[in-house]
Amino acid sequence: MKDFWRNFSRNRGAVVGLVVLLAVLILAVLAPVLYPGSPWDMAGMPFAPPGEDGMLLGTDSLGRDVAAGIAHGARVSLLVGAVSTVAALAIGVSLGAIAGYLGGIADDLVMRFTEFFQTIPSFVLAILLVAIFTPSIASIVFAIAVVSWPPVARVVRAEFLSLRSREFVQASEVLGKSRLSIVIGDILPNALSPIVVLSSLMVASAILLESALSFLGLGDPNMMSWGFLIGSGRSVIRMAWWMSVFPGVAIFLTVLSLNLVGEGLSDALNPRLARNRGGKP
Amino acid sequence: MELSKLPGYLLGRLVKAAIVILAIVVCNFFLIHAAPGDPASIIAGQSGAADARFLEQLRAQFGLDQPLYVQLWIYLKGVLTLDLGFSHRQQVAVASLLWDRLPATLLLTGAAFVFALSVGVAMGALAALRVGTWGDSIITVLALTFYATPLFWVGLMLVLLFSVTLEWLPSFGMASVGVDLHGIDVVLDVAKHLLLPALTLGLFYVAVYARLSRATMLEVADQDFVKTARAKGVPEGRILRRHILRNALLPIITFAGIQAGQLIGGSILVETVFAWPGIGRLAFEALLARDYQVLMGVFFCTSVMVVLFNLITDLLYAVVDPRVEVSA
Repeated sequence: MKDFWRNFSRNRGAVVGLVVLLAVLILAVLAPVLYPGSPWDMAGMPFAPPGEDGMLLGTDSLGRDVAAGIAHGARVSLLVGAVSTVAALAIGVSLGAIAGYLGGIADDLVMRFTEFFQTIPSFVLAILLVAIFTPSIASIVFAIAVVSWPPVARVVRAEFLSLRSREFVQASEVLGKSRLSIVIGDILPNALSPIVVLSSLMVASAILLESALSFLGLGDPNMMSWGFLIGSGRSVIRMAWWMSVFPGVAIFLTVLSLNLVGEGLSDALNPRLARNRGGKP
Repeated sequence: MELSKLPGYLLGRLVKAAIVILAIVVCNFFLIHAAPGDPASIIAGQSGAADARFLEQLRAQFGLDQPLYVQLWIYLKGVLTLDLGFSHRQQVAVASLLWDRLPATLLLTGAAFVFALSVGVAMGALAALRVGTWGDSIITVLALTFYATPLFWVGLMLVLLFSVTLEWLPSFGMASVGVDLHGIDVVLDVAKHLLLPALTLGLFYVAVYARLSRATMLEVADQDFVKTARAKGVPEGRILRRHILRNALLPIITFAGIQAGQLIGGSILVETVFAWPGIGRLAFEALLARDYQVLMGVFFCTSVMVVLFNLITDLLYAVVDPRVEVSA
């Protein structure tokens, strides 16, 4: 653990990312305390510029507080990012484990399936899924999970392929352990570090995807979200720039911090790779 | 590769492409049935409000009272004859709607792609030549920034800067409204409208290609044939162009093929921001109107575009690089 932290903190960007991420997390947790009441309610006069009328970041066309929207939106963004990543991990890890451990025809089938999902325009599929199952937190999480599992399946498959012929796995096989307990008890714990690194990047892209969906009007109609804020500011950008600028900054900072933390995790979990990490695409 | 093997390779790729497209059609079909509510009302693009006789007519047309495999067959037959359904909202066939919007999307994605590829590779080459200098770090920072910025927000910020504040460029549409232009002026007008959307869509990929080409160029520059060329006394500029860059381009071509789907997905957001009259804008309008037939048409059409693009890159790759193994 000490080693982990030392390697992680050697990457300065990762530490900055962690601090920003914690700040966003605190904002999300404290949103009901900082901005009690619904973010959908009128709080001041419409189109108040930042700083005026007691509004830190201004108000929108209906007099709603943009800062309150951002604080409450943080809850939705982080929630959707985390839950859809867990769901995508569940799909990706199971499929990758099946392909990598069983090999043969199962591997072929799973990989063709994965390739199919990597070929099709995933954002268009996500839009279609949310639209057809009517926009709600559940359908958004479902759609994001459906389009973001393929990289997990690939990484897990590769790890399982290389681990399954190792001696400790053979030892467990000789001992007569069941396949399932070998996969979960022996192989998976050893394949964990690339999965951890990947999942922080997946939370980041899930947040981007959620914001894009709600920008297009496919957000949960009962939940304030950053993408919705930008979408509603789009048509009045000539008179109220603050409505679309600040929520965008919030998305940028959150996603950037997650990416930085991901790099830090990668350095901390693979110290050997970190030193000669030239330019990973 | 040997030219005699090309037809077999091509055939294999075509079969693969056909399977992907077929799978997408089946996917669309099951989506209609997986959706909550009556499939007929989804096809009609209305939920609950459609008139009963009209729905009855749709049920007969799509065989909705027959077993699922019969319905699938009817649906497949329709798509294979390029009948993508009918938009009851707009009273036009979906295929003709898509056909009208296709050129604008191709222009936008094509321009963004060329911009991203040329600027990205140039930046990557520059960074690879000067590893560890400030020019090198700029690329890392740019990549981190564009990985974290929502595409639609970049578009809005460009509008804010170039259209609202500086008033240099138009912020929406594909051509000026209410002016009579001829000849070269039309082209210039469209180019002016294209600049911001193509820049928005391309910036992310500039960062991606820059990082990728930097990495591959560093890798290629380390190989023996480059050392040999240098030992022979080939001028540095020629080594860079003929030996390093040419070999470094191959992985970039592959990567471009893989990312085609993302590029087209991104064009939906960009076209929405800039009211660019392409397929993405059509998808947005269909979303607002809950016109599912059109949305599925967009999914089908964009998938076909991606598959075709992949086919082209596969082919390019095989023709350009004789070492590529022929495995279909």
